[in-house]
Amino acid sequence: MKYQFDFSFLVERWPDFLHGVLLTVEMTAIAVIMGAFFGTLCAVAHTGKVAWLRRMVSAYVEVIRNTPLLVQTFWLFFGLAAVLRLTAFQAAVGALTVNVTAYSSEIIRAGIESIHKGQVEAAESLGLSRVQMLIDVILPPAIEKVIPALTSQFVLMMLASSIMCQISAEELTAVGGRIMLETFRGIEIYIVIAGIYVLLSLLLRLVFRGVAYVAFPRRRRMKAGG
Amino acid sequence: MIFSGHQILLLLQGMLWTVLLSMFGFIGGAIAGMGLALMRVSSFRPLSVFASGCIQLIQGIPLPVMMFISYFGLALTGYDIPALVAAALCMTVFSAAYLAEIWRGSIEAVPRTQWEASDSLALTPFQKMHEVIIPQAVRLSIPPTVGFMVQAIKSTSYAVVIGFVELTQSGRIINNTIFEPFIIFTVVGALYFFLCYPLSRLSQRLEAKLRARGA
Repeated sequence: MKYQFDFSFLVERWPDFLHGVLLTVEMTAIAVIMGAFFGTLCAVAHTGKVAWLRRMVSAYVEVIRNTPLLVQTFWLFFGLAAVLRLTAFQAAVGALTVNVTAYSSEIIRAGIESIHKGQVEAAESLGLSRVQMLIDVILPPAIEKVIPALTSQFVLMMLASSIMCQISAEELTAVGGRIMLETFRGIEIYIVIAGIYVLLSLLLRLVFRGVAYVAFPRRRRMKAGG
Repeated sequence: MIFSGHQILLLLQGMLWTVLLSMFGFIGGAIAGMGLALMRVSSFRPLSVFASGCIQLIQGIPLPVMMFISYFGLALTGYDIPALVAAALCMTVFSAAYLAEIWRGSIEAVPRTQWEASDSLALTPFQKMHEVIIPQAVRLSIPPTVGFMVQAIKSTSYAVVIGFVELTQSGRIINNTIFEPFIIFTVVGALYFFLCYPLSRLSQRLEAKLRARGA
């Protein structure tokens, strides 16, 4: 093996990598926020009293969880191109959102189901409406409980966003592919990119820890106390 | 009829390669993952730190990027390596990390008293693992392991980045000739569903059974 590793492309190309990182972060941020929102809605519907809604959410979750993200993306971007004209970036964000909504709804549902029945009965006997009950009594502790699992799911989604280079959506991996065509430094480029993703996933975990710290003061107190 | 016989054959062939690639990855990953899991629970600190580092590194790299690294990396040996080998290697590494984490969880879920009881019977570390801990851990690990198979099958679709013709790629090839993306990717998705759904259900059923037994 007489291969000389050459990372000199970094000197000139680091702004491109930075641009790619920003696009990946943007894609991830939008998908995380929408996924958390719709995931919560789906979880509420899934644990609710309306039977047809429950069945619909459950069918949606099963379809998404048993097919690859890439096929979902192709389906959305190419398959629906006749009725839905999306840019590659919009399709990528859309596919990631549809995908991560299904996973996070299952996680949040587990959180909702773990809430003690007595809590719900107490809220009912106080005469809270269904919406008040959800927002004030059920969801905060439910989400608090599953925040580690949600974090892992969102990190996985951030990593999966790299496949969006296949519909030529601009993000970190796609940028790498373009630089490779110009420099022919395949292995070096993807080693650099792998390193960046490792850092990004650490960073995302830190961000979520920060969000949980601010959003759930009780968690903070419990840790400090015990 | 939209598909010609030739195209249906191409789809089925792609599906076969998807199954084979997941199997290669799963078998290789099971062997390497067992080693990693045992290292991870080892009481010898450097070994467990090393295993944990490996697992975290692998889980921090996206699979498509790993596919590229394995593809270009193997090309450095100077031989003409088929994409299948690069993809299988990659699936092995990927599965090893995830299976190691699943199995570590199962090993650690065996009640503390079982470890202490084997210590008090003066079993050697090997006997302790082999006769007491692992048999119980295996029972706990079966549902999540079956669940991981679903993830492995879906993940093989990432091999398209290095041009390996599995189910998704054969769908794309057919689309390039007849341009019916909606129908083709619906069919491809349905074929994946056909592969994955039974495994998902099996995993759920096994888990419910385990819970019913009070484990």
